[in-house]
Amino acid sequence: MLEKHFARRFLRERTLPTAFCPGCGCGTVINCFLKAVLELGYTDLKGFAFCSGIGCSAWIPSPYFNADSFHSLHGRAIPVAMGIKLVKPGLKVVVFGGDGDIAGIGVGHLVHAARRNVELVVIMVNNFVYGMTGGQVSPTTPLASYTTTTPYGNIEPPMDVANLVKAAGAPFVARWTTYHVYPLKESIKTALQKRCFAFIEAVSQCPTQYGRRMGFKSASEILKWFRDNSIHVSRAQSLKPEELKNKIVVGVLEDVEKPGFVSSYYEMLQRVKGVAAG
Amino acid sequence: MSLIRLGLDVGLRVLTGSHFWEGNVACAEGALAAGCGFFAGYPITPQSEVMERLSLRLPEVGGVFVQLEDELAAINAVLGASWAGAKSMTATSGPGFSLMQEGIGAAVMTETPCVIVDVQRVGPATGQATKGAQGDVMQARWGRHGDQMVIVLAPNSPQEMFDLTVRAFNLSEAYRVPVIVLADEAVGHMREQVYVPPPEAIEVVNRRKPKGLNEPPFGGRGPDRVPPMPSVGEGFNVPITASTHNEWGYRITADALVHRKLVTRLIEKVMANADRIIEVELQNVEDADIGVVSYGITSRSVYEAVRLAEGRGIKVGHVRLKTLWPFPEKEVKALSERVKAVVVPEMNLGQIVFEVERVSRSTCRVIPLNKIGGGELITPGEVLEAVLKAGGT
Repeated sequence: MLEKHFARRFLRERTLPTAFCPGCGCGTVINCFLKAVLELGYTDLKGFAFCSGIGCSAWIPSPYFNADSFHSLHGRAIPVAMGIKLVKPGLKVVVFGGDGDIAGIGVGHLVHAARRNVELVVIMVNNFVYGMTGGQVSPTTPLASYTTTTPYGNIEPPMDVANLVKAAGAPFVARWTTYHVYPLKESIKTALQKRCFAFIEAVSQCPTQYGRRMGFKSASEILKWFRDNSIHVSRAQSLKPEELKNKIVVGVLEDVEKPGFVSSYYEMLQRVKGVAAG
Repeated sequence: MSLIRLGLDVGLRVLTGSHFWEGNVACAEGALAAGCGFFAGYPITPQSEVMERLSLRLPEVGGVFVQLEDELAAINAVLGASWAGAKSMTATSGPGFSLMQEGIGAAVMTETPCVIVDVQRVGPATGQATKGAQGDVMQARWGRHGDQMVIVLAPNSPQEMFDLTVRAFNLSEAYRVPVIVLADEAVGHMREQVYVPPPEAIEVVNRRKPKGLNEPPFGGRGPDRVPPMPSVGEGFNVPITASTHNEWGYRITADALVHRKLVTRLIEKVMANADRIIEVELQNVEDADIGVVSYGITSRSVYEAVRLAEGRGIKVGHVRLKTLWPFPEKEVKALSERVKAVVVPEMNLGQIVFEVERVSRSTCRVIPLNKIGGGELITPGEVLEAVLKAGGT
């Protein structure tokens, strides 16, 4: 008898199969996330709340995860998540979003949530384009890429989102690609156990909107490109900037302890209560 | 400590008694009395006192106050907090209100109870930041894209900043709809006596929770068309989406019938309950020659103008709109059928006057009286002059 896939216990069966294109990296991110959840001992997603904005990867939790999920406006998943976390600090609040959603229209919220150290897990699926709207250039599109709005090649330098978030003060930052499924899952596990703003950039393939225009013949070709062009952060530190050109630096970029915003808020409440009583 | 120095009854949610408060403070206290547990905002003149007051008071009652990076974050955090189970609010003014419109649309679509206070100032754009106006009346009604209906209340005193903020929470909880308290700079900053009743005398409405997992959170099949609302973290596994969805919350973005059914109901749930939502104050409407329809700070001048006109033997009937939207059609229509003309004073270049024209259906003349800029109020003398002119004297 065929064994049921481990992830299905966490998914809404009636919403399957997913709407993702064949070869899309979102399926890999779903697998890595749910494997992490499983390995942490969860049997369902009751202790979680998921928030997402607009874009392909915003569909990862909504509607596929059998959990409370808020599919909100473009770019606004982080504030929605913050609202939930502040009211129900006991929930694990996880945001999924793409590069356009998180680092484009929503970048202000990203930077401030990292600065405040709000206890959220944010997983940014970076596929280098606005996939859902037809493959337009995004803040992370590599230079010279052809997209539907850069027909002559992209002239904007891409944003290094993981390092931006690190610079903004996030205590946990990791970047992997969908080729690195095992370490990606491990970083998700670490992030889910943190009580801090934990950011994971999952560099992912979009064979339909990015790969096709960049001459990749299949999703697996893009994965091979990820494999051949990724450098672990421990090695990257000794390399010169020109040697890192067009490379993807992967690994855990930051892992420190800092007081979280929501726990600081509730500590403040205790203090105020003391003042009120005394 | 600072709280004691400020002379506050710390730790109390309802500050029963008489106070000399400015409108913005009364608004914040009204929110607390209604059970507000979450405020997210961004500083903007002339509402900042609402958030300053709540930054002090919400922590005292165990609530959450956050100042966020912009108004987009504020309104969206309010949505998240409301779904987490807290009665939630934000406050802003013109430019911030513009930024919040998309989020208010999301509140309509996700049927999220929340209160948005707009202390109006002179616009458009940055306009005159410290000066009052009534220019956001149509924006409050129509500011979002797509078909929708929200509830908009218009206080005319610090007392009503308290009372109508309580009511705004109650209506938003009862109908799962964003409610806008459309104040203005003058009402926000004027100081008057505000009476806060004892807690047991304040009506507080809480959202209805589903009885079990088989009550759809976006159904609304009952006569009031309002579905029950679960919170996240309670095991309902509710998919919430600002996209078109069926009664269980599943996103359905191509089916015309699903969209028609949803959006029609979102409007019906307000309109079917309009009689319960609409509040007006009537003055001399039974026996009047000339009518006045007013709202907000402008109504304060109308009270005086009615008295002055009486002294000259002219009977003026006054309908003061406490609810702006849904528009009090019956009351305005009834007035228009009794009088020769209706004067509509507004601190804008004509907004609610179009509604008055629409419902009066040419049964009488409708005369706009407008003033903008500098926060200058329409004076009792100006209202009187318009009334005298309308009466042919």
